[in-house]
Amino acid sequence: MKDQQHQPRDLDGNPVTPGLPMAMLAEVTHRCPLACPYCSNPVELTRAAQELTADDWGRVFRQAADLGVLQVHVSGGEPGARRDLAQIVTHARDARLYVNLITSGIGITRERLEELDRAGVDHVQLSLQGIRPDMADRISGHPGSWDKKMAFAAWVQEIGFPLTINAVVHRQNLERLPEMIALAEQLGARRIEVATVQFHGWADLNRKALMPTREQAAFARQVVNDARIRLRGRMVIDYVPADHHAVYPKACMGGWGSTGLNVAPDGTVLPCHAAQSIPWMRFENVRDTPLGEIWHGSDSFNAFRGTGWMPEPCQSCARKTVDFGGCRCQAMALAGDARATDPVCSLSPFHAQVVARAEDDARADTADLVYRRMRKGE
Amino acid sequence: MTAQPASIRPAPLIGPDDIPYLPRGVRLAHDRVRGIRVLQAPERAMQLDAIGDAILGELDGARPLSAIVSGLAARYNAPEDQIAGDVRDFLTGLIERRMVFVRTP
Repeated sequence: MKDQQHQPRDLDGNPVTPGLPMAMLAEVTHRCPLACPYCSNPVELTRAAQELTADDWGRVFRQAADLGVLQVHVSGGEPGARRDLAQIVTHARDARLYVNLITSGIGITRERLEELDRAGVDHVQLSLQGIRPDMADRISGHPGSWDKKMAFAAWVQEIGFPLTINAVVHRQNLERLPEMIALAEQLGARRIEVATVQFHGWADLNRKALMPTREQAAFARQVVNDARIRLRGRMVIDYVPADHHAVYPKACMGGWGSTGLNVAPDGTVLPCHAAQSIPWMRFENVRDTPLGEIWHGSDSFNAFRGTGWMPEPCQSCARKTVDFGGCRCQAMALAGDARATDPVCSLSPFHAQVVARAEDDARADTADLVYRRMRKGE
Repeated sequence: MTAQPASIRPAPLIGPDDIPYLPRGVRLAHDRVRGIRVLQAPERAMQLDAIGDAILGELDGARPLSAIVSGLAARYNAPEDQIAGDVRDFLTGLIERRMVFVRTP
């Protein structure tokens, strides 16, 4: 895993200097009562029997804190599907980590939420699949999800947790963005994250049903700009735009292996949640290797660190330390090469093709969804 | 923290009589690995310099901005006018991010 000099090197052998991670995404399970067609979990889901135990997570959290991690995002799947979630949270707080709970709100009772409060959850992020039952229940594939979420949000308010609403937007619900923002206000949220679907994994299977139009992307930008002015000092709006319509790519993860890492339910350590979509890449597991060693020495984390590995047009581009060539997984998906310039960049030779395909998908006359499900019998 | 020209200062979100405080889910912490002070907040850890740390250390949820400014001016032997502007701008930035709350007496 390390060369003889223990000098970390990128996939071309250029020396790289790992920094320290600030945040860790802990996907404690892939199990989830919802079936959102854009789920960020991989298409191959991990079964319950392969999940790390709460004590395993405790060890991982202590290693993460020693490595410099300050915040853990406890996510899934639905983290509430783990009966020992409060134990996991207690371990994270014992390691002095700040604990963000990322939840759908489904399957956590009021009593369990109070237990999570005592365990030390610092902040709750609640997902929103749409506004009102017709949209929320259809997109999540879970009848009754809307009513359960609204009850959960009320408990969050009563207990006093800081709340972030995470609204995932796409062609079928973007018109209701102003209502989503108004709902977040009404629920007393300090923040709303408006995130346009990222077309990896499950979402890629649903491109024709979910790809926003160019007009919708412009509408969303306007709604967000107006709301930021109106809500200054009352609610923060974080916005992840539709990058198929952008000029430059997003700085995915703030640069590969630079500030964040992701631990999957079975202990696999990933530079980002979609990294397993790069078929040739091999990943280490915290069951076998300490987290610090994986962060500093693994081929996967070092592969795209620094700028030495970048091909043209990135290599001579002034923005190479701004957006780091964009998203490696998107390069894999759209250009067939994980090292390529992210094809959503206007400088990529694949850009015209990507835009044409996105516009084609945005015009597709279908609303049919492929829902995220675990395959039976595995 | 540097004083900015008045023209590009954001409109203040706190007045002299308002009482600023760190709400639930926001806390000062020591980062033992990097050896720095940080403000821990929902999905964000913000590095603090010595001045930011000193200002936030004064937020006790009881004293208004004016008293906090007087205390800091005396402690750092600096003109109260300048401290008032700097503290107000620093806190306004954090109020915009919902990392500091304000109670109006």
